[in-house]
Amino acid sequence: MLFFIIRRLFQAAIIMVIVSLLVFFMMRLLPGDPILLLVTSNQKAEFTEQQIEILRHEYGLDKPIIVQYIDWMGGVLRGDLGISILNKTRVGPEMTKRFFISIHLGLLSFIIGNLVGIPLGVIAAVRRATWIDSVVTVLSNIGITVPNFWFGMILIYIFGLHFRLLPTMGYTSPVTDFWLNTRQLIMPLACLSLFPIAGTARQTRSSMLEVMNQDYIRTAWSKGLKERVVVLKHALKNGMIPVITLSGMQLSMIIGGQVLIEMVFNIPGMGRLLVTSVSNQDYPYVQGIILLIAAVVVFVNLLVDFTYGWLDPRIRYD
Amino acid sequence: MDGLTLGSAMIRKAEDMKTEDTIIEDTIITDTPFHTSEFRRFSRVFFSRGVVTFGIVIILILIIVAIFAPLLAPYDPYDTALSQVLQTPNHEHLLGTDTLGRDILSRIIYGSRTSLEIGLTVVFLGASIGTLLGLIAGYFGGWPNIIIMRVMDALMAFPMILLALCIASLLGGGLKNVIIALTIGLIPGYTRLMCGQVLTGKENDYIMAARSIGASDWRIMLRHLTPSCFPPLIVMLTMVMGQTILAEAGLSFLGVGVEAPIAAWGSMISNGRDYLFTNPLLSFSPGFALMLVVFSFSMVGDGLRDALDPRLRGIL
Repeated sequence: MLFFIIRRLFQAAIIMVIVSLLVFFMMRLLPGDPILLLVTSNQKAEFTEQQIEILRHEYGLDKPIIVQYIDWMGGVLRGDLGISILNKTRVGPEMTKRFFISIHLGLLSFIIGNLVGIPLGVIAAVRRATWIDSVVTVLSNIGITVPNFWFGMILIYIFGLHFRLLPTMGYTSPVTDFWLNTRQLIMPLACLSLFPIAGTARQTRSSMLEVMNQDYIRTAWSKGLKERVVVLKHALKNGMIPVITLSGMQLSMIIGGQVLIEMVFNIPGMGRLLVTSVSNQDYPYVQGIILLIAAVVVFVNLLVDFTYGWLDPRIRYD
Repeated sequence: MDGLTLGSAMIRKAEDMKTEDTIIEDTIITDTPFHTSEFRRFSRVFFSRGVVTFGIVIILILIIVAIFAPLLAPYDPYDTALSQVLQTPNHEHLLGTDTLGRDILSRIIYGSRTSLEIGLTVVFLGASIGTLLGLIAGYFGGWPNIIIMRVMDALMAFPMILLALCIASLLGGGLKNVIIALTIGLIPGYTRLMCGQVLTGKENDYIMAARSIGASDWRIMLRHLTPSCFPPLIVMLTMVMGQTILAEAGLSFLGVGVEAPIAAWGSMISNGRDYLFTNPLLSFSPGFALMLVVFSFSMVGDGLRDALDPRLRGIL
């Protein structure tokens, strides 16, 4: 097991190095120049060629690209993500602030997805071919395909504008004003949990149907066990394995997947920061954000892998 | 994760995850007499669920609407009329008009062209490149496998929409750049699928036979291995089509999609945001079209999977 963990950690480190290379060179090699953008956006001052060169030197953008990469990676390893080109703020602290907002939403929607999706799937499977089953199946098929940014706008129209029940945008820290925070989060969370709920319900239903046909479940029935015991104690445990796989995938995407919702509801999270930074070509921010999002994905995948390795010894010996 | 872990993860998933209803599988195994032709078996399973037929009908309508857009649209989608801005639905404009007085219905009809064009191009390009890379990685193993699959792992470490957003935004939006961005986002999925398929497929005896009569590597890869991987590829093609159209709409919603006057559903949804209270149809109607199309492709993909190869449940 120890060898397995070390090997996986090593592989994860390699993936992170490749991610950093990809994002760094993608930013540098694709067209666009942040310094020129900065200069042209500042209409008051006229810049001479020399001043532009000085600016370029200030941000180290005149060095050879390999040296720039090594400088940046050196900083990242020391926990310094650099300074924004556009507004000279430090990237690290700002990103941390945004990260917690995104993770707050992401984790809540993940939890809601599982808390609602799993029972729905179990009920649909147990009451197979009844109206409950049909409703769950149809709704979950719609839920995995509905464009969530569009769904968000429908919610805004109904609850925000028509009935004026909920605030339509913004994010307040739950520490400052818990009640306002809760009211602000209801609609974004509804949009963000839609896919997890639907996906989990679909997966749970089909894997429960599979399990309910097994011989050992028939044995449980014939022993005269109550339905509740058969379903919750015997079937659910095995039926959960594929659901856990799916949950792992959903968990790894919780930060990156909410760009559109952050835009719709004006939530100052990571996704929104990425959209503005990438349009301003603010290299340090874009690199930092992508690296962080990738790190979360890799970390969650690692956890899922370890869990599997622990549950199923065969996997350790691939 | 390396190639091997991926392969094992896929097999693990194939064993664990059974994504759909088991009723269909029962019909395949028990009710099909062996003299039934393959096509009849396929169509019976395929059309056994009403929702799949519904999806097919919607996709056919989409294609017809996209082809005959100029005949079907009541107005020119680019015709601005400042005297008629922001009209609510009426007899002349069934879904009203937008901020420039353009007819919403006509723009939705023309928007289907944008969606379909981008969807088809991206899926075709992504599938071709991804399949080729996966074929190479799976067939040759060793270093090609390690390099290709590691890069794909790295690409898969962020959601498709983010990757596409960065690339499209840096390249500067527009039809061509959106296609490039979305294609790059699609490649890893195909490569992974194909690599897994080839890893198991190349152990077959007929591959050994082909090699022993002196077939070249490329001939084995293209003539013997690729055709055997068609069922999962076709299923993935259909499923990914909907996601691509959705991602394209997401990009144009964020303002990095196709250029401004071109009708695209995502930017129409976005344009209607400021008028949500007074004229909700501005955003709602293109979004509804989008949802219908994405839903249809997803359902048809499900149906194809059940009819072509039910073992793929869980992988796709």
